[in-house]
Amino acid sequence: MATEAPKLERRDEELHVLGLKPQYVPIEHNLQSVTDTISDISLDQRRRPYWVGLLLLNGALFFTFAGVVTYLLITGVGIWGINIPVAWSFAITSFVWWIGIGHAGTLISAFLLLMHQPWRTSINRIAEAMTIFAVMTAGLFPLLHLGRPWFFYWLLPYSNSMSVWPQFRSALVWDVFAVSTYFLVSLLFWYMGMIPDLATLRDRSQPGLRKEIYGILAMGWRSSARHWRRYETAYLLLAGLATPLVISVHSVVSSDFAISLVPGWHETVFPPYFVAGAVFSGFAMVIVLCIALRKAYHLQDFITRDHLDVMAKLLLATSLITSYGYLSEQTVTYYGGDQHDVHVYWYRLVAFDKYAWIVWTLFTCNTVVPQILWFRRARRSQAVLFVVSLIVLLGMWLERYMIICSSLSEDYLPSSYGFFKPTVWDVLTYVGSIGFFFIPFLLFVRYLPLLSISETRALLPGAHGPGVGR
Amino acid sequence: MNSRKNLGPTLSRLQQQLDVQGPRKYWQSLDEIAGEPSFQELVKQEFPVLADIWPSALSRRKFLALMGASLGLAGVSGCSVRPAPEGTIVPYVRQPEQVTPGIPLFFATAMVHGGEAVGLLVESHEGRPTKVEGNPNHPGSRGATSIFHQASVLTLYDPSRSQTVTHQDHVRGWDDAEAAIELALAEQRKSGGAGLRILTEPVFSPSLADQIQQLLNDFPQAKWHQYEPVNDGVAMAALEAAFGESVSPIYDFSKADVVLALDADFLSEGPGALVYASDFMDRRRVRTGENDAGQASMNRLYSVETAVSCTGAKADHRLAVRMSEIEGIARAIAAAIGVEGVSGTDGTHEKWCAAVARDLKQHRGKSIVLAGARQPKNVHLLAAAINETLGNVGQTIRYIVPPAAKPEDPLASLQDLARDIEQGKVQSLFILGGNPAYTAPADLRLSELLKNVTQTFHLSLFKDETSRLCQWHLPETHYLEAWSDGRAFDGTPSVGQPLIQPLYEGRSAREFIALLRGQRDADGRQLVRSFWKQEWQKTHLNGSDGDFEQFWRSALHDGVIGQAAEHKQVALRPDWQDQLTQQNGTGDTGENNLELVFQADPAIHDGRYAMNGWLQELPKPISKLTWGNAALMSPKTASKLGLSYESFAHGGEHGGFDVPLVDLQLDERAVTAPVWIMPGHADDSVTVYLGHGRRSAAKANGEWQETLGFNAYELRSSEAMWFAPGLKVSVRSEAYPLACTQARHLETKHGVIRSATLEEYRHDPRHAVEHKEEQEGGKLVQIEQPITLYKDFHYDPPQHKWGMSIDLTTCVGCNACVMACQAENNIPVVGKEQVLAGREMHWLRVDRYMSGSMDQPEEFHFQPLPCMHCEHAPCEYVCPTAATVHSAEGLNDMVYNRCVGTRFCSNNCPYKVRRFNFLEYADFKNETRRMQYNPDVTVRSRGVMEKCTYCVQRIRQAEINADAASRPIADGEVLTACQAVCPTKAIVFGDINDASSTVAKWKKSPLDYGLLAELNTYPRTTYLAAVRNPNPELEQG
Repeated sequence: MATEAPKLERRDEELHVLGLKPQYVPIEHNLQSVTDTISDISLDQRRRPYWVGLLLLNGALFFTFAGVVTYLLITGVGIWGINIPVAWSFAITSFVWWIGIGHAGTLISAFLLLMHQPWRTSINRIAEAMTIFAVMTAGLFPLLHLGRPWFFYWLLPYSNSMSVWPQFRSALVWDVFAVSTYFLVSLLFWYMGMIPDLATLRDRSQPGLRKEIYGILAMGWRSSARHWRRYETAYLLLAGLATPLVISVHSVVSSDFAISLVPGWHETVFPPYFVAGAVFSGFAMVIVLCIALRKAYHLQDFITRDHLDVMAKLLLATSLITSYGYLSEQTVTYYGGDQHDVHVYWYRLVAFDKYAWIVWTLFTCNTVVPQILWFRRARRSQAVLFVVSLIVLLGMWLERYMIICSSLSEDYLPSSYGFFKPTVWDVLTYVGSIGFFFIPFLLFVRYLPLLSISETRALLPGAHGPGVGR
Repeated sequence: MNSRKNLGPTLSRLQQQLDVQGPRKYWQSLDEIAGEPSFQELVKQEFPVLADIWPSALSRRKFLALMGASLGLAGVSGCSVRPAPEGTIVPYVRQPEQVTPGIPLFFATAMVHGGEAVGLLVESHEGRPTKVEGNPNHPGSRGATSIFHQASVLTLYDPSRSQTVTHQDHVRGWDDAEAAIELALAEQRKSGGAGLRILTEPVFSPSLADQIQQLLNDFPQAKWHQYEPVNDGVAMAALEAAFGESVSPIYDFSKADVVLALDADFLSEGPGALVYASDFMDRRRVRTGENDAGQASMNRLYSVETAVSCTGAKADHRLAVRMSEIEGIARAIAAAIGVEGVSGTDGTHEKWCAAVARDLKQHRGKSIVLAGARQPKNVHLLAAAINETLGNVGQTIRYIVPPAAKPEDPLASLQDLARDIEQGKVQSLFILGGNPAYTAPADLRLSELLKNVTQTFHLSLFKDETSRLCQWHLPETHYLEAWSDGRAFDGTPSVGQPLIQPLYEGRSAREFIALLRGQRDADGRQLVRSFWKQEWQKTHLNGSDGDFEQFWRSALHDGVIGQAAEHKQVALRPDWQDQLTQQNGTGDTGENNLELVFQADPAIHDGRYAMNGWLQELPKPISKLTWGNAALMSPKTASKLGLSYESFAHGGEHGGFDVPLVDLQLDERAVTAPVWIMPGHADDSVTVYLGHGRRSAAKANGEWQETLGFNAYELRSSEAMWFAPGLKVSVRSEAYPLACTQARHLETKHGVIRSATLEEYRHDPRHAVEHKEEQEGGKLVQIEQPITLYKDFHYDPPQHKWGMSIDLTTCVGCNACVMACQAENNIPVVGKEQVLAGREMHWLRVDRYMSGSMDQPEEFHFQPLPCMHCEHAPCEYVCPTAATVHSAEGLNDMVYNRCVGTRFCSNNCPYKVRRFNFLEYADFKNETRRMQYNPDVTVRSRGVMEKCTYCVQRIRQAEINADAASRPIADGEVLTACQAVCPTKAIVFGDINDASSTVAKWKKSPLDYGLLAELNTYPRTTYLAAVRNPNPELEQG
């Protein structure tokens, strides 16, 4: 905390005391200092020990992941604990979890852009990057979980001599389209938004390879008025395209379960419930990353406590929606009275030797713990927020795990009831995927503009840039 | 060939006809000529047998028989088709007669197991036997087989079989062994064989017994002993005592209205079980329509037993008591029936005994009382007396000369041998088959005694515990590699022909005995044939060689070589009551007096099949345990030890269970065993399966599965071969993983099993299917109209619409279908580790449910579960690659090549009948193992989903045959593997479009219901609800 700028913090407090509007703008900065601060993070040649440390740690995870995947491909998915009846488990849980995390990116960048929320500016780049890498990580799991992953392309509609097409009634095929579309649009959005900043980096870096690369990536951006006009239009259009994806991706992912007839999966509430859960976990991840970066790169001026406060409010809101989902699931099931549904829901709650402890842990993580965010002091405390977000991330992972495993465990015939016990390979595949996510993210932090320079500058009072209200 | 002289005119007539037609009238095919009456005539003269059979409609069974017949003739040439175990595939240079590559041949043979020879038809693909079917002509099979017959083909190809002669663990040749044998015998010859002993398993082969007798004639002082750990020596001795001569009972269940089984599992084990199950269930099948339901009738079964057997599970009234209490119950029932000289009551079960006695008395001459082989002499005497008193003898029970060649009490015989060895009388011991070092009662210390014998030779399939203790181990041939013969349970003899040349250096028991008699390189075929020639000549004094040849060929073709044994008129000796020994301490249910009960393992029998992966992995009928045994006890007994089902059931209801280990101590002997809580087991009693804890068991998944289970023989003594009081159990702190495929005992959901009593059925035939559930709160939705978003499939005739129906009343849970499915469909063995993980691969499983409570289960039900081939299949619409699709005939096809392994189909299958190759389970590498694979079925690699196909390869075969003959497929022509072996015909398959087919008729029964049909899946496999026939007297309270 020693390095924090005390002046700004105090000013924040003063503003609050005076009852003024929350500040999302780095008011202590001018146009020059904004550009300097942000581009310096990318251009600074000094090694940062914690960055190197994190890179090494995640590198270890990454190579663990590579090892596990190699073993998996050689041996088969039997290295995991999956069985009949629980034929899906860690892999699909992790897939849904990572996709969910990837949700916040589009929401923040596109949805909030259209909603004219100025506070998105400081965090949108981080969130978008997180989205890209989370979706990349997520996308690996459905491939790896296949019995014969080398034939993954059979899920793609491509012309072949046998005239065989994917089976379009299957939600897994919808997944392919939904996730790949989402990834593509998110990638475009992220990259497009970065072009003016890449040009800035190009202009500010020393001649050399780095300058060349930034130059190529900047695609000849000269910041002319015509550029800006086209850029603005395209950006807005992309935002319009991306916004439906906020709803569609996780709705489609939820139909992997909802279209089935497995009790505990076959729920009409799943699409909205999954979307809410995805935004919930996505915001939790954004908060974790923002707090970390804010601290590491002294970005308190840019990501203010008011930013954290508003994200915490969103976290609380989505927690409530998710909790409502939990409640409605139970109520509708008991009201419906189908013996198989009732069995699954009841045993989830009471079978403590099986899944009940997971259920109650996740209720605690996702419903009880976030209630602390009703308190303003909690919302504005980095430490509290960081911990709550981690708990939420855990809770959301457990939620997907519970939905997938417990429903499959005891579905219809008592003779086929089963149980899933993870093996060390299950755990390593999941943990390793964290490395797969963080390696590109750390490289992004180091080499690309962490915050949007142009948009932040536009927020400054008196800036004559693109529309202030954005 | 006497008719040859008449052929001349016919042939010339035929030629004339062709000439008359002239060159301008072309004939298009030989069929045209074949239609000519004169040609028919010609055929009839040339092939009289064919002419009779050919025009009649061919049923599949007949087809099999016919194949067996025509190829039985070529038996010799057939088995000379030796397949190359390794090397490049080359086409036949000279094609063997009657072999068409790709078309299997069927040969009749016979296998001896469990006190009887059962006739089989073995499917052979280019010289490789791949699958066993029952021989419909054989009285002990009637087309059905047991799990042991089905699994025997895997043993043939077991790479762990003994392959060479060894002497004290060093590889030797037969020459060395022959020299050693000669040396030993030369020594014995001096003393007339005083130090020569032969130990075999009970012999059911007339020719082998004859050979041994001749050997004994050469060595008059030598002795022949027989021993098998699971035997009916006690019953045999008891009947001899009762009747004054050695007899075996034969039961006719088709005439029995009331059956009382005293610890007798006649539906699934013992001689004649296949036929008994068939006859018994014929009297239980309810096949009336809605209108004539009032006339439905059934037999009634009472069972008294300790552990739950298949018979007990099917009983209308089952009484779970300790083994030692059964005698008291038998006495009480005998007394109530009025058997002279027997008195006694059973205080605890008075009402039960009285009701059973009354029911039996009302069915004089139409009832059967059976005593199990494990019961002491008294119970057998009482059962015989009750049957006689009720007038059942001559009606439902007949006595015959025992089918064993030399009936004797195996235990006494072995004790004799042990005594002789102990006294140093034995110098040369030849052990033919069996594994006495492992199976002998512990108190005989046979393993140690064997070391005292100067020369020991062991002829066996595997290098087992006995082989290791003998100086010489000699490899034996498998029954599919050698000529043999044997008697069925009713005495009918049959000849077993080999299907393949010996894979290794094995010799058959016959060849070995011949060797002992100085005939090196004796030909097994000649040995069997010459014996039967002698037998034949006894009745055909003037028969020529040609006549015998005809007789021999038809014997090979039919698989039966003579008649059943004649019935013997026997009567109880007037002094039979004197044979009844005093009841010793029965009914002592003292808290601390635990009873230990031995039982042959339902899957690996006495341990001889411990190497067989199919049998090891087969879930045992009631406990559903695989790969090992456990100490089975009731929940109450377990709770006295401080154990509860809940304490270990959290591992999941399917797969691995970490159960507590206990020390079982009986007198001075002790073993450590895992505990398995078995509802329905009698209290204060512990059952252990024999046959486990071998030093090496089967290979699965490429790895040895060693020392699975514990060796219960270590507790067994010759005083207490089957049960013993005074067991001490102490719980250890360690746990042991048991692989169980279904541990959820109770049926906790509505409508899975539907059942009614006969009374209920008579009043309301649809009671089981509908009303019962509605009364219980409308938990079950009946779907009247199809609800679907998709277009219906259409199967307009002549298109087929295949379907299956399974009768829950008649299924006895014997698992033969599971084993047949595994053999037919190349289903891999996955090994204990994978079963623990919940990944067994059986396409067809038999679910077992109980009603009532864990402490007091009331009903037991078996539910065979193949793929339901749903009309609205939940698996089909979730597959992203269309790897599982609906066929034009309604089958739910699995396209292995297209499967990428998302496993969504399995998740979405409410029946969980899909199986996934999580790892590379199939054995692609072992050349010997691979020979067993059915070439008509794909061997699946890893990452692919698989499931029951309704034996689509058999449907296609029937289709090709029918197409070739331009006729429709007849009902019953397609027999699925599970259906073909079922002894009780509980499974029926056919075309639902054909209203006259059996399956269509079954599906019209008021008992027909679809499992989980409320899910709108429209299962194509449906069930007939179980009907039971409880005694109203016992039913009320």
